[in-house]
Amino acid sequence: MLSVKNISKIYQSGFNKLTVLNNISFEVAPGETAAIVGPSGSGKTTLLGLCAGLDRYDAGSITLYDSLLSELDEDGLAQIRNQHVGFVFQNFQLLPTLTALENVMVPMELQGALNAKKKALALLDKVGLADRATHYASELSGGEQQRIALARAFSNNPKILFADEPTGNLDTETGQKVEQLLFNLNRDAGTTLVLVTHDLELANKTEHIIRLKGGVLV
Amino acid sequence: MNGWWIIKMAWRDSRKNRSRLLFFISSIVLGIAALVAIAAFGKNLKQEIDNQAASLIGADLEISSGKPLTVSAHKLIDSLINLSQSHAEEHQFASMANFIKNGGTRLVQIRALTGAYPFYGALETSPAAAAFTFLDDQKILVDKTLLLQFNAAVGDTVKLGDLNFQIAGSLINTPGKTVISGSVAPTIFMPLSLLEKTGLSQKGSRINYKYYFRFLDNYPVDKLVEHLDDQFEQLSLRTETIASTKENTGRSFTDLTDFLGLVGFIALMLGCLGVSSSIHVYVKEKLPSVAILRCIGARSHQTFLIYLAQIIGISTIGALSGVILGAIVQQVLPWILKDFLPVNVRSDISWSAIVQGILIGLSMSLLFSLIPLLSVRKVSPLYTLRIQSNDRLSISKGDALKNLVYLCIIIFITIFSRFQLNSWYQSIAFVMGISMAFVVLYGTAVLLMKALRQYTPLSWPYVWRQGLANLYRPNNQTVMLIVAIGLGTALIASLFFIQGILLNRVTLSSSKNQPNMVLFDIQSSQKDEVAALIKRSKLPVLQKTPIVTMQLTAINNYTLEDVRKDSTLGFSTRAFGGEIRATYKSTLDPSEKITDGQWIEKSMVGDTAKISLDQSYAKRLKVKVGDRLQFNVQGVVIPTIIGSLREVDWNRMQTNFRVLFPLGVIDNAPQFHVIMTRVPNDRVSADIQQLLVKRFPNISIIDLDLILSVLDSILDKIGFVIKFIGAFSILTGIVVLIAAIMISKYQRIQENVLLRTLGASRRQLFTITGCEYLLLGLLASITGIILASIASFLLAFFIFEASFKPSISVILLLLFGVSGLTLFIGLFNSRSALNQPPLVVLRKEV
Ligand SMILES: Nc1ncnc2c1ncn2[C@@H]1O[C@H](COP(=O)(O)OP(=O)(O)OP(=O)(O)O)[C@@H](O)[C@H]1O
Ligand SMILES: [Mg+2]
Repeated sequence: MLSVKNISKIYQSGFNKLTVLNNISFEVAPGETAAIVGPSGSGKTTLLGLCAGLDRYDAGSITLYDSLLSELDEDGLAQIRNQHVGFVFQNFQLLPTLTALENVMVPMELQGALNAKKKALALLDKVGLADRATHYASELSGGEQQRIALARAFSNNPKILFADEPTGNLDTETGQKVEQLLFNLNRDAGTTLVLVTHDLELANKTEHIIRLKGGVLV
Repeated sequence: MNGWWIIKMAWRDSRKNRSRLLFFISSIVLGIAALVAIAAFGKNLKQEIDNQAASLIGADLEISSGKPLTVSAHKLIDSLINLSQSHAEEHQFASMANFIKNGGTRLVQIRALTGAYPFYGALETSPAAAAFTFLDDQKILVDKTLLLQFNAAVGDTVKLGDLNFQIAGSLINTPGKTVISGSVAPTIFMPLSLLEKTGLSQKGSRINYKYYFRFLDNYPVDKLVEHLDDQFEQLSLRTETIASTKENTGRSFTDLTDFLGLVGFIALMLGCLGVSSSIHVYVKEKLPSVAILRCIGARSHQTFLIYLAQIIGISTIGALSGVILGAIVQQVLPWILKDFLPVNVRSDISWSAIVQGILIGLSMSLLFSLIPLLSVRKVSPLYTLRIQSNDRLSISKGDALKNLVYLCIIIFITIFSRFQLNSWYQSIAFVMGISMAFVVLYGTAVLLMKALRQYTPLSWPYVWRQGLANLYRPNNQTVMLIVAIGLGTALIASLFFIQGILLNRVTLSSSKNQPNMVLFDIQSSQKDEVAALIKRSKLPVLQKTPIVTMQLTAINNYTLEDVRKDSTLGFSTRAFGGEIRATYKSTLDPSEKITDGQWIEKSMVGDTAKISLDQSYAKRLKVKVGDRLQFNVQGVVIPTIIGSLREVDWNRMQTNFRVLFPLGVIDNAPQFHVIMTRVPNDRVSADIQQLLVKRFPNISIIDLDLILSVLDSILDKIGFVIKFIGAFSILTGIVVLIAAIMISKYQRIQENVLLRTLGASRRQLFTITGCEYLLLGLLASITGIILASIASFLLAFFIFEASFKPSISVILLLLFGVSGLTLFIGLFNSRSALNQPPLVVLRKEV
């Protein structure tokens, strides 16, 4: 499903070169759940971004669902994301001018799916927010926003879901609810899951833990 | 991906921003309105001129001559009379009218008429029948403004020359005359048969001889004129047909509407600049959404199209509102311009003007929006993963497409102004001027930011430093605001300055100690008597000048004939046509400066006279010092050599001459005299006029104060027209200013709330915002005023050939007005950040 081989990422700022990731390799099998853990600044977000095709790497190769990411152009990457990838972000990232329902519909609409609205309503029901369908992000609490984001992430039936500290902005209790929802949805859909977290407890619930420190695997 | 989804997304995405988007786009409404109104008006005007051309000229053919017809000219006219159905003859000249009842006198335009002129259209009189009976009744028609001025009525007596006439009717409207042209010299129609008896036909001043012809319908008049063209030219006869009237009148009014159109276009450009700056900020705010969409898998062109669709949508709404407003404004234009128009203009809706307005408005606003909008294509989805402020999502530079858009804008503006100005040279100058202004303002803004960053003293209070820092910190609007405010100010200042230049020219000539009354057509035998009479009335004789009329017959021994045959000689055939009024004297006036050659005071017997030419006249003739000119002075051929060139100040109220003879050449030629004096007030003016006209009925008197006040009112009217159209720019400028500052509100609001949460007082926040906008407004308006001063100076120097001194009051007004307005709107906007509870603002996602 996801295969990372000898990945390096270097940031150039001025004359300084900063090697953020150095020679990272791992694999995630279809249906597997994996967690990327490590201290702040260790490169977790960077790694996740690279795996999801949001950024370009400087060395190595990443294969996502049979596609070598470095061979695709921006639109090619966009298509992969739209067809096979779901995202959950630490800060939810709902489109502020769209209602909850519309936010969930967008990935399906992008695919040109026919019954987007029906599916979106069903997903909202699953995350327990069917009654908030016409609300805007600013009218929802953080936990509710993240549940909408979860519904959106699953709306295009992704093969793989990337989550960057999905509970990082939530209190423990709400965080656990969202966590539960994430794993449930994931199990139901049989999706591969890669999540970034500080939370070792959360990481231990996954089948595979990738530990980072200072840009290298430990 | 289907377009429907794009439109749906555009619609959804705009949901929370619609009022703002509409506000952005309102900047272009006024510009489009002005363009549509002027284009539609111009079209209707052209249409009316075409429709009414026949009644503008009043005949199928008009032939005019500046001197009595020669024998061969008479033959030609007679042959035309034979060809035509009917004809009329008119002698036109300036003379004094003396209203017997109350003794009022005024210089009028006398049109001595015989025949059924006009053949098309009508003299509109009250009573209406007077127009048809006055010739037979041997009465006159008097312009209604004259009757009003002298409180006269139909039936009263007016003395023209030696003869008394009864007023048959008040002249309300004459074909082809505008209110303006009538107000300078009001018209009196009299029967030509009585001209002889008035004694005015012997006048020294010029009489214009006119012959009007009516031909059978469908007679090929223009072919006939073309056929006879050589003869007309040889005989110095000018012709005018319905077709040429159509063309000439049409052309001069096309120039007018084109000019007004350009002023309207400036409003549109200013508005587009506003749109561009608004969209710039809007797009920046939208970048996170774009990143999310990209993350979900939208392609870059899809996200771009979503926002393009929004812009097209609001631009269309803006253009349509502009068109509607334009249709309303169009109803007003004929009324505003009515005094300048020879025809009544209807206010029909013009579809072509509407389509043109929509197209121009849409393409301009799209082009200007594209500059910021293109950045949407370059947003990376990576931004979703990192919490960061908008400015990190910075807009990439050096985008080739963006440069293409810039190029398109420049081409678009150049082509548009080319159509308005009808000259590539002028339109390129126009575009260069605008671009220069843009560059200067841009540079000013950049320099300001650099300077503030480096030189803001640390010792200043925190709130000042914070306010000034707002001008260069990320997300600042400094460049956009300075460019928009600066351009707006420059435009408004230029309008004021140019009006000042025009008015200045008039007031200059009416200043103290300069003559304000001119007596002309004085015969040699009368000149001493007239001067004595003036002195007896305790008035000064400021100038006494003889005038000799003559014609140029050869340049360097080439006659008109030679010049016509051989165009390589480089002289214009026109040089030979007109009548030249020359004078002779020994000493030059202080206002005349010799620029080349030498002035010789007296010509010795046997010498060829060394004359002096006005240098711009010499330029027009394409002659220089040493060239030979030959004149025909009423039958006598006089050869001369150009001895010197003079610079003449035509702005001074005095008799100025293109051709100046030394003493001893034309001293004894038939001549008439001009005397100038200064009268202290209207009462004295009326008295002396009455006295003079009674004694010397042939003398004409120009009351300069009267003329100047007429000119003043004309300029007032012109000024009003310019201001009316200019107001569209001014209002647009204000809308843009408000829009630009409104936008920055969305950016500053979070920050202000944060500061307030940290404990900043309202006063401190006010000071911070105040510092920021005051400096912005001051700098932008100062730069704008400087730009306008430079532009006005160039215009004054090259176009109006007048001096330019910027009016301090205008400068102060604009300086305080513009920076005050900027400050006010800035502070007014920050109000919501001060009055709302911080929580509301923090939750509100903009
Ligand atoms: N655009 C950039 N330019 C330079 N350095 C960058 C850039 N983006 C990230 N970095 C650096 O890369 C390193 C890894 O960043 P990354 O965001 O991946 O860390 P992280 O493990 O996700 O940390 P956290 O747990 O705090 O989110 C950090 O040191 C960061 O400063
Ligand atoms: Mg991170």
